[in-house]
Amino acid sequence: MRQQKEEPALDLSRLPTYGFGAQMTMWWGTLGFVVLEATGFALAAMAYLYLATQNTQWPLSAPPPDLLWSSLVTASLLLSVWPNHLAKTNARNEDLPKVRRDLLIMCVAGLAPLVLRAFEFTTLNVRWDDNAYGSIVWIVLGLHTVHLLTDVIDTFVLTALMFTRHGHGKRFSDVEDNAVYWDFVVGSWLPIYLLLYGFPRIWAP
Amino acid sequence: MNEMRIAPTCPDRRDTDLAGEALRAQLAKTWGTHRGLIGALSTVDHKTIGRRYIITAFIFLFLGGISAIVMRLQLARPESGLVGPDLYNQLFTMHGTTMMFLFAVPVMEAFAVYLVPLMVGTRNIAFPRLNAFSYWVYLFGGILLWAAFMLNIGADAGWFSYVPLAGPEHSPGKRVDIWAQMITFTEISALAVAVEIIVTVFKQRAPGMSLDRIPLFVWAMLVTSFMIIFAMPAVMLSSTMLILDRLVGTHFFNPAEGGNALLWQHLFWFFGHPEVYIIFLPATGMVSAIIATFARRQVFGYLTLVLALIATSVLSFGLWVHHMFTTGLPQVGASFFTASSMMIAIPSGLQIFCWIATLWDGRPVIRTPLLFVFGFFFIFVAGGLTGIMLASVPIDTQVHDTYFVVAHFHYVLIGGAVFPLLGAVYYWYPKITGRMMSERLGRWNFWLAFIGFNLAFFPMHILGLQGMPRRVYTYQPEMGWTNLNLLATGGALILFASFVLFLWNVLRSVRRGELAGDNPWDAGTLEWATSSPPPPHNFDRIPVVSHREPLWAQPGPQRVAVGLAIDRRELVVSALVDATPQIRETSPDPSIWPLVAALLTGITFIGSIFTPWAVVWGSPLVGAALIAWFWPKGSAEDEA
Repeated sequence: MRQQKEEPALDLSRLPTYGFGAQMTMWWGTLGFVVLEATGFALAAMAYLYLATQNTQWPLSAPPPDLLWSSLVTASLLLSVWPNHLAKTNARNEDLPKVRRDLLIMCVAGLAPLVLRAFEFTTLNVRWDDNAYGSIVWIVLGLHTVHLLTDVIDTFVLTALMFTRHGHGKRFSDVEDNAVYWDFVVGSWLPIYLLLYGFPRIWAP
Repeated sequence: MNEMRIAPTCPDRRDTDLAGEALRAQLAKTWGTHRGLIGALSTVDHKTIGRRYIITAFIFLFLGGISAIVMRLQLARPESGLVGPDLYNQLFTMHGTTMMFLFAVPVMEAFAVYLVPLMVGTRNIAFPRLNAFSYWVYLFGGILLWAAFMLNIGADAGWFSYVPLAGPEHSPGKRVDIWAQMITFTEISALAVAVEIIVTVFKQRAPGMSLDRIPLFVWAMLVTSFMIIFAMPAVMLSSTMLILDRLVGTHFFNPAEGGNALLWQHLFWFFGHPEVYIIFLPATGMVSAIIATFARRQVFGYLTLVLALIATSVLSFGLWVHHMFTTGLPQVGASFFTASSMMIAIPSGLQIFCWIATLWDGRPVIRTPLLFVFGFFFIFVAGGLTGIMLASVPIDTQVHDTYFVVAHFHYVLIGGAVFPLLGAVYYWYPKITGRMMSERLGRWNFWLAFIGFNLAFFPMHILGLQGMPRRVYTYQPEMGWTNLNLLATGGALILFASFVLFLWNVLRSVRRGELAGDNPWDAGTLEWATSSPPPPHNFDRIPVVSHREPLWAQPGPQRVAVGLAIDRRELVVSALVDATPQIRETSPDPSIWPLVAALLTGITFIGSIFTPWAVVWGSPLVGAALIAWFWPKGSAEDEA
């Protein structure tokens, strides 16, 4: 049993019970997962480039993937950045009605690229089991789709939460973190889009 | 929707409202684990989970050790019939896989899970439910691997599962799939713990513990966690590609369809070489902690040691190709990786010199933990020297895949990680259990381990130079390898005996060890500022830190921070650099959902070995469990 005397040197009682951004542990946790997932994307992209350089033909026995649906996905993701930004700002201001509105918009803005992505998969012009090119295209796109889907589900759950009695206090901070993660989903797509759709059109092995 | 808030109408109770035993009892009630089986399975106490992690990892150590002993018995004499080639393949795969994925990395993270929150002066790890989840996922991954082995479908393509051997054509059946999914389990677990540790260190340090006052073990775990974040995705990606090649007909590694077998090696070793340092750096943190305490002075060259940790971590990502020197690399590539492989000896050397200087200037008290550190010096430096040799392409080409390499990496891994780890067990055991381990048995343990280790592994250098290849289940008498192999087996048995003695010491000391008290070694860091074992809330009041070794520098009354809630789990979140308090944040209460989520994750992964559709029906179940986990249930922690 400890006998050592204690001397109060600091009063924490007036500190807030939640904050935003880098003050919060959850923000750092989200960032940690963003970094490790970004590493996964980067390594998958390196694998793509490695396979491209190891083959005398690229894409292998297939035309490059079609631009229509993928570009629509890209456009819808870019459009979602604005309501996402609003959600972040309104969450910081703890403006519940606006946060609810923004989250509803983000649910739609998340579903749109997901639906378009389903069509995108049909116009890759290659199957995953055709050859190594098909395999790497499908895994890179699949990896991004998993992230997209995860954040859309997260947004739905959070939206439901903000419409209940739990929608106060630190939940606003959760809305902000969710928006940060969505930025990552959009931000990680742009280099992948260039890799999958741009690279095979300019690369001459 | 009813908008009723459950926010309390009267102000919550703070730690200023109670004192002494009453405060301690209230905090223990708030932070405690519930009774009964469900309570035990729902716990989010980092100490309970850390203890489970440590014990589980040591069970895997013994399983890996037994598989090694069986191999050594088989190799003790030429043309032995004890073990056939198929079982031998499984044994060396199980040994390597278990030691790397189920023992070495998890045990280091396990110690961090237990110690880091105590050392930085907080009440629980960041994301405690994720911590519980990561333990369960790790446990299920380990059980999967070993249950499969018991059913004679153990992995058999080596711990690095090279393609094309591990591919669908040359390894039909489920053995490699089980290996690949075990990777997914353990890496999810390792990555989750890495994020928890980083956030705990960044944001939950006691007020005043600025970056330059963090204990070196915590620095080591912080740097290691970053390495895990950058390294482990590579093996998750590659093992996923492997399992896709095997199950749904992708061609990542199939040269006939544009794939490439070396892609596997690049991805695997991009993880695999940092992995060595992911195991080694925490051990250096343990060494720093032990040396400071037993040399009775602060570690010499704190800043140098921190920079050496960071330098090692960065350089470790530039070495992976030295595992591939015999694959026909462009010469300039080989030269680059030779240079970087030699360069990493520099920060390691700096660390050794700092420790020697600390001992030189201190008044060393030779107790068992320090003995293991001395053993570490000797063995690790010897392993480092053969590492420099192997960095040279011509030498590597000659001894590649021989017992020379086996000797080298056992010197670095056992010397560099297991010896410090055993020292760490002797050092922190009193904190974890409240009792001391036997010093007499400890000395026997050390000398048996030291002698047994060197007898087992030194002859392997010579065997390798004589041309004995790795991973052969037997050899002919005329090869001239018999005597050294017999010697190595004798050494392995002594080494194993040392571990049996260690186990006995651990078990008997739980009940019969001398009572430890708060700080039996008179150490300086915060984990020794609380009782042994610590109460559920770690500290009655959060210490305020103004020195690197707070318990040495602050005699007299301990300076503490007050004002935290005591009726709900609340801890202080502080600024990244200078640790000024920012927020009183609630910490999640116990929940069964992490276990449910881990079980469903396990079912999904194991199902996916048999049908890809398991991912389709398993994912919604996992998702539902995760939603149940996160959805607020109206507890004080949820609503604060």
